[in-house]
Amino acid sequence: MNETLSDVTLLEMQRRMLRIRRFDERAAKMVKRGQIPGTVHTSIGQEAQVVGACMALGPHDYMTGNHRSHGHPIGKGAPLGPLMAELLGKATGVCKGKGGSLHLADFAVGSLGESGIVGSSIPIATGAALSAMVLGNGRVALAFFGDGAANQGCLYESMNLAGVWKLPVIFLCENNQYALSTPAHTVTSGRIADRATGFDVPGIRVENGQDVLTVYGAVSEAVGRARAGSGPTLIEVITYRYNEHSEGLRLASDYRDQSERERWLAADPTILFRKELLRSEVATEAQLDALEQEVLTEVEDAVRFAEESPYPDPAVAFEDLYAEPAGVRA
Amino acid sequence: MTLMSYLGAIGAAQREAMDADERVIIIGEDVEANVYGTTGGASKSRAAEGDFLQRYGRQRIRNTPISEESIVGAAAGAAMTGLRPIVDLSYSSFLYMAMDQLVNQVAKNRYMFGGQATLPVVFRSAMFYGLSTGAHHSDRPYPMFMNVPGLKIIAPASPADAKGLLRSAVDSDDPVLSFEACLLWGMKEEVDEEEYRIPLGIGRTVRSGSDVTVVGVSNAVVEAAAAADAVAAEGISVEVFDPRTLVPLDVEGILGSVRRTGRLVVADPAHRTCSAASEIAAIVAEHAFESLTSPIVRVTTPDMQIPFSPVLEKQMYPNRVSIEAAIRRVLGVPKGGLPESARPAPALSPNPGDS
Repeated sequence: MNETLSDVTLLEMQRRMLRIRRFDERAAKMVKRGQIPGTVHTSIGQEAQVVGACMALGPHDYMTGNHRSHGHPIGKGAPLGPLMAELLGKATGVCKGKGGSLHLADFAVGSLGESGIVGSSIPIATGAALSAMVLGNGRVALAFFGDGAANQGCLYESMNLAGVWKLPVIFLCENNQYALSTPAHTVTSGRIADRATGFDVPGIRVENGQDVLTVYGAVSEAVGRARAGSGPTLIEVITYRYNEHSEGLRLASDYRDQSERERWLAADPTILFRKELLRSEVATEAQLDALEQEVLTEVEDAVRFAEESPYPDPAVAFEDLYAEPAGVRA
Repeated sequence: MTLMSYLGAIGAAQREAMDADERVIIIGEDVEANVYGTTGGASKSRAAEGDFLQRYGRQRIRNTPISEESIVGAAAGAAMTGLRPIVDLSYSSFLYMAMDQLVNQVAKNRYMFGGQATLPVVFRSAMFYGLSTGAHHSDRPYPMFMNVPGLKIIAPASPADAKGLLRSAVDSDDPVLSFEACLLWGMKEEVDEEEYRIPLGIGRTVRSGSDVTVVGVSNAVVEAAAAADAVAAEGISVEVFDPRTLVPLDVEGILGSVRRTGRLVVADPAHRTCSAASEIAAIVAEHAFESLTSPIVRVTTPDMQIPFSPVLEKQMYPNRVSIEAAIRRVLGVPKGGLPESARPAPALSPNPGDS
């Protein structure tokens, strides 16, 4: 157990992991019932990696996400109601119903948005780090991306730029081992973390991405380096998604081995950390049960808020394109 | 007032913007060494007064690797978090390297995040057409970006406009693409050395006239003015209108002019299909059809790639001669002939024969 962390922080880690789990379980169910338009990509199974990274950041630090990204704003502390309302396309959604599951963003917690284009938000986080450096505000930025995005050129352009400018940015690869159906090892030459070496940037591989404290430790070190002016870090975290690539997706071929999935299910981050909290006497069974119940209630409240919220006025579709009205003759 | 070149005016606008606001930074390839002439001082010497690197330092003058995708994306991310970057992408053709960032991030982030993001960022690029730079460096790609909601587009055609429009672009809280024509770099005129801004979306009447309106884009404005001067001797009165910005477009200014003259020629160096000229022609046909006394004529670059040899390239873009021919066509006036207003306009010739 990490001795520098308070019990409050440790319990908050478990709370945020459970929020992600229950939120995404609920969202998956709502997709199946047709209550959420389109589909969603859940973070179920990857909670430790999300929360470990997010909680290593401060409240004012920046973060960008990807297509599998409900967990990122939740991990950063965003309230659940506006996120769920966004999935339902409601007026009270965090993006007013214009973004949906693929484009959640909550700038109030430093979540600069998710990208439906694989790898595309990596340069955005790099730019947020540039801004932090020029403005001298001490903030850092973190880009979440998957093993699939690790083969996009913009990662290497960004890593080079960040390396040469010593930008306070963390490139966090959530290696869940599959780019949709494609096993990462069949399309990825070498280890992703090792690619940092060529840029003279630290490259860290976290084998146990199901342990929130291990991820927290690795990201905290990188954040420390970034704040100290020592530049970027690439962190590859090995993890696994329990659900299909997206909800409702039915693929003819069985690209994942069942025994592999079972092995990873046995390393459920929310269960592992619950055991750890008990073992280290941070909390009792009763306290942890109460925490689970609180989170369930929170998620149900978010669902109710979303369901009871109105749909946006159709006129809203024509707002927010520009900050200033497209200036024409008066 | 002081005599200033188009390129000098761009440099002056950048200097004003850098002085006015510490959040303005310049990012781009070769900006430190002032390779393209917009980040330098009084002379070519790096020690000269006004040299951007000397004046603002490396924190704000960001010389970059050749990585357009990340340069554009990083500028967008920086704009979303408090800076106001000016990105120098040098050649307009290099915008394609950053297409994902420009289209999926820069243009969409404000909208898809429900207004949470603000992107005060300018992407400057120069169109090297007409200078034997070959097919990879001669592009005039602004129409592609006119088709992307969320971007604003300026295309200055004079030194005074270059300075005033670029200041407005830097002031804007929205992303602005600036398409600058290298053919105009050396053009000089008296420009106010004090700060001033030209609002985006307000065009400029370059020549007043009553027989036909010629709307010009970028360098075609200069060619249109030359054509207007050439036919003036025959008593043909041409109004030349420069919209100056393509998004927002001065629709009222264009319609007002066409309603007065009853005829329209649009001269645009972009490729013909879905060009700025096509959009302007469609707007006029939709909103001022009743004012038109003859069919609209577009003078554009044909839907053909740009060849290298000067002999081959010269014929591709709208010029004084092709615009003059188009003016005669909408007026039904043969060269040297008298107005024959009753004469029907000739059938539209297919691309590439604009005139």
